[in-house]
Amino acid sequence: MIENRPWVTFLSHAVLILGVAIIAFPIWITFVAATHDSVRMVQVPLPLLPGDQFFNNLKIALGEGIEGAGGRPAGMMLLNSLVMALSIAIGKIVISLLSAFAIVYFRFPFRMGFFWLIFITLMLPVEVRILPTFEVVANLGMLNTYAGLSIPLIASATATFMFRQVFLTIPDELLEAARIDGAGPMRFFIDILVPMSRTNIAALFVILFIYGWNQYLWPLLVTTDGDMYTVVMGIKQMLEAAEQAPEWNIIMMTTMLAMLPPVVVVVFMQKLFVKGLTETEK
Amino acid sequence: MARVTVNGVQKVYPNGFKAIHGVDIDIADGEFVVLVGPSGCGKSTLLRMVAGLERVTDGTISIDGKVINDLEPAERDIAMVFQNYALYPHMSVYNNMAYGLKIRGLSKAEIEDRVKKASAILELNEDLLIRSPRQLSGGQRQRVAMGRAIVREPSVFLFDEPLSNLDAKLRVQMRLEIKKLQERLGITSIYVTHDQVEAMTLGHRLMVLNEGRVEQLGTPIELYERPASIFVAGFIGSPAMNFMDAKVGSDSRSIDLPGGERLPLNGTGAEAGRPVTLGIRPEHLERASGQEGVAHLNVDLIEHLGADSLVHGHFGNDRTDLTVRVQGTLNMGPGDTFDFSVAPDHLHLFDPQSGARIA
Repeated sequence: MIENRPWVTFLSHAVLILGVAIIAFPIWITFVAATHDSVRMVQVPLPLLPGDQFFNNLKIALGEGIEGAGGRPAGMMLLNSLVMALSIAIGKIVISLLSAFAIVYFRFPFRMGFFWLIFITLMLPVEVRILPTFEVVANLGMLNTYAGLSIPLIASATATFMFRQVFLTIPDELLEAARIDGAGPMRFFIDILVPMSRTNIAALFVILFIYGWNQYLWPLLVTTDGDMYTVVMGIKQMLEAAEQAPEWNIIMMTTMLAMLPPVVVVVFMQKLFVKGLTETEK
Repeated sequence: MARVTVNGVQKVYPNGFKAIHGVDIDIADGEFVVLVGPSGCGKSTLLRMVAGLERVTDGTISIDGKVINDLEPAERDIAMVFQNYALYPHMSVYNNMAYGLKIRGLSKAEIEDRVKKASAILELNEDLLIRSPRQLSGGQRQRVAMGRAIVREPSVFLFDEPLSNLDAKLRVQMRLEIKKLQERLGITSIYVTHDQVEAMTLGHRLMVLNEGRVEQLGTPIELYERPASIFVAGFIGSPAMNFMDAKVGSDSRSIDLPGGERLPLNGTGAEAGRPVTLGIRPEHLERASGQEGVAHLNVDLIEHLGADSLVHGHFGNDRTDLTVRVQGTLNMGPGDTFDFSVAPDHLHLFDPQSGARIA
């Protein structure tokens, strides 16, 4: 807006503040709940201001977990989640980079056929192929392992497609210059292509890390051993603690902890993320 | 140092398009050959075949007698400068130049030595070496691209329209530098351009290509003074040569223009009465006074270039268009007329059908 009308400024800010309040309120409640003791959390009305039990709750959530739900500490589950999310994100990026490289730079029979084959896997998310995938993972003895948690989620048509588009914008002359410089295919890939798509890799890493972190259904299926639980499914388990009122203060503290890594990733990679999705100059 | 021999080379693309119809050329050691022609004539394809970036369909290319048809570009001992420079955008200038040497496995000291030497030759100063290509101006990028070629110490330099992305002033300056550099290093060079001025100034020899065929191969002066075909005559020289239909006079010693004018001709052996296409360069037409003039030119438009002026006009009964280049400025306007003449030595006769030179 070019006009300078005070009430317009006021109104637009009011709308923005209202929007932020609506989105932030549940997070605030989570935070408040994580600072009271369990007794206070079952009394009505629920508190809206923080209490003094924050560090106590943090200690219990990280170190001990909830007694009735198997007493699994969040620290362990966070580690499991981290390993899974990192494996998925890095695995997806490596596989997609390589397959996009093959599709863009090599002439082989049925090249486009393979491309479309990869592309139609978009129509087969985990939920659709969950039974056969489980069967395969079980037969390979990968239940209750990090491999079982991450490998079935690694193939990614979206990322392959995105890297294909990135590679298509890289001028052919660079490939030719590299050939004259004596770089073989893998050298060209590692020395030229990967560094040139690093902003895209960063952007994709953010998206894929959060995707991996938020996985719920698949970890629920392939982990039966409590030591392999991820934090997202762990929270759900805490709610089902046998014959007990849920310990909301601990559950909410674990939720806070579970939200932290994705937030950290987004905050620290925000610049690269935006660059990776908008930058076109090569 | 190297001799490049191209023998009966043809290029047919998988879709059946024939880009090169058999080219032969023997390039001497240290020679600077320019491939020139309009876009799509196959000049870049030919260069890329020498570089190893395109496969040769038929014929052989050899360097110093060794056939290189099936060698990888890196094994051919060549270096290439690309039109868009093709600098690696994520590497510093230094690393851009050093990359090929690193792959070859040269020692760090040797690489540094070569890069320093090349940047001294190209007057790239130290603090430029640590910058990334996007922080450089067009001219500097061009220098880096050449530096990357020089550090390889190749036996053949290949240039693929390296100046076409620069502005006019810089282009003239870089042209001069390339010429000096080539003379100083004495490395056999093949240079592709569509700009005839670049071709004329740079090359020891020029190869004019048209639709995948060689129209003429010769020194710049040969091409200018004795173009082998209408195509070469029209392509070399600026402004372009004037062409008109004419007929050899009955005595074989004159040319009859369609408007009835008659130009004297040196004894050339062209048979009397045959139809020809007559070519006259604008700079060879002179303003004449009195008897010498062969015809009146009616001025349509004058372009003043400072040192000389281009007069566009027409003459004769059938209003044949003609461009004349006169020294200095001309105090005339549209509708004015003047007489012009041309020395018999400067008439070019071509066969109207085949376009080949007659005399």
